[in-house]
Amino acid sequence: MLGQYAHFVLAAYGVTILLVGGLVGLSIWRSAKVRAALQKVERQNGKT
Amino acid sequence: MSIWEFANPARFTRIVSRFLPWISGAAALCLSIGLIWGFFYTPDDFRQGSTVKIIYIHVPAAFIAINAWFMMFVTSLIWLIRRHHVSALAARAAAPIGAVMTLVALLTGAIWGQPMWGTWWEWDPRLTSFLILFVFYLGYIALWQAVDEPDTAADLTSILCLVGSVFALLSRYAVLIWNQGLHQGASLSMDAEENVADVFYQPLLFSIAGFVLLFVALVLLRTRTEIRARRLRALMLRQVA
Repeated sequence: MLGQYAHFVLAAYGVTILLVGGLVGLSIWRSAKVRAALQKVERQNGKT
Repeated sequence: MSIWEFANPARFTRIVSRFLPWISGAAALCLSIGLIWGFFYTPDDFRQGSTVKIIYIHVPAAFIAINAWFMMFVTSLIWLIRRHHVSALAARAAAPIGAVMTLVALLTGAIWGQPMWGTWWEWDPRLTSFLILFVFYLGYIALWQAVDEPDTAADLTSILCLVGSVFALLSRYAVLIWNQGLHQGASLSMDAEENVADVFYQPLLFSIAGFVLLFVALVLLRTRTEIRARRLRALMLRQVA
């Protein structure tokens, strides 16, 4: 389907999926981590 | 409702929580349509062969790379003039996204350039200005990390952002300013003669819309995280005191 340039096209898509996927994953992970830490501290401070 | 109401961190967080799932869903839908259509259902270019399929990631990534900096420019100006913390945090949140998109544009460009130009890299005006833009992104992120006091960090990074805007502009208009180098003209233009053929153009528009929506979703998510991290820091400092 991609002919003689298959490895160039697949490498470009692979790099993009890796970098953008990593960015999305890290953003969601940090969001969850900070939210959990904030809820913990707010509970300790007697706030909901 | 005034736009300045978004400057209230609590209100901003509430609005983001309500709209983020919809924006993320729209981004996933547009990206799926654009990339699947472009990758599987468009023909090879008569000159570039199947490498033309790289356009569906390279052009949207480059578009976001430049426009993320302009978004940071606007929010930095708002910080410097009106001192709204949400705007400074939004600029901070956008920088890693812009850096990743610039890196994607540089890498996919190099991968595309090798079979078409016979080289991975050339000190072409547009390539070079993009590399400088990437270095500015790294410097901006490093400056936020290096300064402990948040308002001072916001001031310094805002000034760096204003300076770096020159290179963002150069990245956008390099092919027009210097009519030389290997990089071709703009793929998307108001001039129909310059545009890519319709068969590539339509899925490309979906892909660009998907990247824009993904950028908006990530900026909102990361800004909400920065707001919460700032509140967390304030509460912890209060506990220590």
